[in-house]
Amino acid sequence: MSARSGILAALATKPWLPQPLPPVAAPRLPAATVGLRVLLGVIGVLFGLFAIALLVRARLPDWQPLAGTPTSPLAGLGPLWTNTALLAASSLALQAASGAARRGRLAATRFGLVLAGAAALAFLAGQGWVWWLFIATGHFVASHPAASFFYLLTGVHGLHLAGGLVALGRSVARAWRERSCVRVHAGVARCALYWHFLFAVWLVLFALLASPPATLAALADICGIR
Amino acid sequence: MSEHDAHGEPRSFWTKYVWSQDHKVIAIQYSLTAIAVGLVALVLSNLMRLQLGFPGAFPFIDPARYYQFVTMHGMIMVIYLLTALFLGGFGNYLIPLMVGARDMVFPYLNMLSFWMYLLAVLVLMAGFFVPGGPTGAGWTLYPPQAILPGTPGTEWGIVLMLVSLLIFIVAATMGGLNYVTTVLQARTRGMTLLRLPLTVWGIFVASILALFAFPALFVSGVMMLFDKLLGTSFFMPAIVSMGQPLKHAGGSPVLFQHLFWFFGHPEVYIVALPAFGIISDLISTHARKNIFGYRMMVWAIVAIGGLSFVVWAHHMYVSGMNPYFGYFFATTTLVIAVPTAIKVYNWVLTLWRGDIHLRVPMLFAIGFISTFAIGGLTGLFLGNVSVDIPLSDTYFVVAHFHMVMGVSPVLAIFGGIYHWYPKLTGRLLDERLGKLHFWVTFLGTYAIYMPMHYLGFLGMPRRYYAYEGYEFIPASAQDLNAFITVAALVVGVTQLVFLFNLAWSLRHGRPAGPNPWGATTLEWQTPDTPPRHGNWGETLPEVHRWAYDYSVPGAARDFIPQNVPQSAAPAGDDAPPADRHAGEGHA
Repeated sequence: MSARSGILAALATKPWLPQPLPPVAAPRLPAATVGLRVLLGVIGVLFGLFAIALLVRARLPDWQPLAGTPTSPLAGLGPLWTNTALLAASSLALQAASGAARRGRLAATRFGLVLAGAAALAFLAGQGWVWWLFIATGHFVASHPAASFFYLLTGVHGLHLAGGLVALGRSVARAWRERSCVRVHAGVARCALYWHFLFAVWLVLFALLASPPATLAALADICGIR
Repeated sequence: MSEHDAHGEPRSFWTKYVWSQDHKVIAIQYSLTAIAVGLVALVLSNLMRLQLGFPGAFPFIDPARYYQFVTMHGMIMVIYLLTALFLGGFGNYLIPLMVGARDMVFPYLNMLSFWMYLLAVLVLMAGFFVPGGPTGAGWTLYPPQAILPGTPGTEWGIVLMLVSLLIFIVAATMGGLNYVTTVLQARTRGMTLLRLPLTVWGIFVASILALFAFPALFVSGVMMLFDKLLGTSFFMPAIVSMGQPLKHAGGSPVLFQHLFWFFGHPEVYIVALPAFGIISDLISTHARKNIFGYRMMVWAIVAIGGLSFVVWAHHMYVSGMNPYFGYFFATTTLVIAVPTAIKVYNWVLTLWRGDIHLRVPMLFAIGFISTFAIGGLTGLFLGNVSVDIPLSDTYFVVAHFHMVMGVSPVLAIFGGIYHWYPKLTGRLLDERLGKLHFWVTFLGTYAIYMPMHYLGFLGMPRRYYAYEGYEFIPASAQDLNAFITVAALVVGVTQLVFLFNLAWSLRHGRPAGPNPWGATTLEWQTPDTPPRHGNWGETLPEVHRWAYDYSVPGAARDFIPQNVPQSAAPAGDDAPPADRHAGEGHA
């Protein structure tokens, strides 16, 4: 039994037998990191269900794709690629800040945090700009189902990033308050994890929103949605 | 690191009882709020029964109000009473005490969770006071009818309902993150996963289900709000309403049903698993016997939790979904009966040759086994597509789900309250009032729901305001309905006895001492009763044994608490020894 480890081994122990008291051991991970990982699972399920709803809805006959024709609102994907680059830059800056904090370089940590925050704000502004482009070309939230999903998914994603900015702001404040990285690093590392996750979610949403109906139909087939 | 950083002890009234971050205070706040809103739902059910038992005798119950009562009763009971009380109430109080922690790992988030929950309740209750009243769409809120004129409460009520649910989901997620992380991270030295009491296992797995099932309700709620407020067509098909074509087109009402039940079925187990856990501990403690098949009980909880995500469409056999889905979902539904039946057998086998003490918590626990087994058996009928189709939307379904996920969890809650009230207050609830409360509630349950099965066989449809002029329903069905109403009123009024007992025993109950039931689990071993801030005084307890060392042969007393070292009490044999001890008198 000692060779096996993990949850299955834990579930196979016989608790009614006497066992020696285990040594005092600190938890391998801080509670906040475990909590964040569970939260990412919840957010993943949330966006996964939104994605499935989109795949089901796209199967119905009134679906008009957002990209692909000159008159469609996402005929040019340039603005969304720009925003994607901004979010990627934000994620990379946080990764760099996390690495700098781990090596105890406070100035570099502060620089990375501010850069990440600025890029994230620019991403949100850029998403707002794409909303304005939609409105300017007459694609409102109720105009057609793909446009509804565009506003809904970008909005929910943006709200999650805005919530992350609150946590990032607290990390920035702490980075300026502290004189060393010891109490800064863990929070920055959690921000970076959250950012990478939201970047990955955005890539999936971008792909779904920009895909032609045939791609969505193929995905729906794979998921068993008819 | 072993003693995780407990926040400072609050001093003022406001930080101690109102803006409290102490899990025990938050648990009581959650419980009292849930019980208060549950009373509203109880009154609503009695009003519904008045119309059904004595049609037209109470003119203020018009059809619109009737549907509003039905809807609010269902939603409040499932979400705002049962979910909140099991996870926010029992979970908050018991998890840190049972795992040997000083508090939840995120106390501030825990406080926010309660205040968000209270806000959700207030938004929901506001529905009673807005123009048009609360929504009358049924607790499942199916579109398109939920947001179309003709259904009561489409002006404001449905919006408040959806907003309230979204707030509740945020609150439940905050709580769930706390419960799961606390069980994973904050267990005291020696408290391995398989030494956790089954109550913690049930609440732990139910919290995981809540975390991953509520997003489906969130998604459907947000999309329905868009359809209602912004005119989108996620769920709304092209439709002519009151002679006018609406601007909606092309949406899928069945998509809503899939999303709703992807939440809705795990929700049944969010309510059931904590009840399973509590019942296991009550039976073991009050039968002075280790729980039969502890590991099987844990595995069953985990298996039920996993399976609960793949049975949702058994609520949709008549929805017009692909009929081949029925094969799959009927199969999974019947498979989930296996771990559930294992649990029932194990409870009965724990009782077998036990030293049973028929105190009030034990009465409720045994009552639970019977109502849960009967409600579960009718679930097997309804899980089969061909049996479900004629019974769908009849009172048979109403009887089934009230037995299995209405009354059964409520009996577990009552049993739990009678069991743990001495730890919360230091005093026992009054035994005679408790027995009166139990017998009227338990027998009343059968008086209410057994006839409903029969009405369902007659084909009597559910959710109807009145039943005149249906030739297939014999006139005598009305006598049965009047009988059910009288029984429901008696049971409703009897809950006042319980409330009185809660209030009266706070001052006048018999002093309980730290461990009135002779229980092994850690919450009964605290240095103070009720436990003070930080729970454990100077040092955290150390756990040396599992939670079920009852009637160990050779031991001085018939229980050995979890924090007693192996050397301090003679170790039991390798085999679970308790049944050899049966029949011996105790205390």
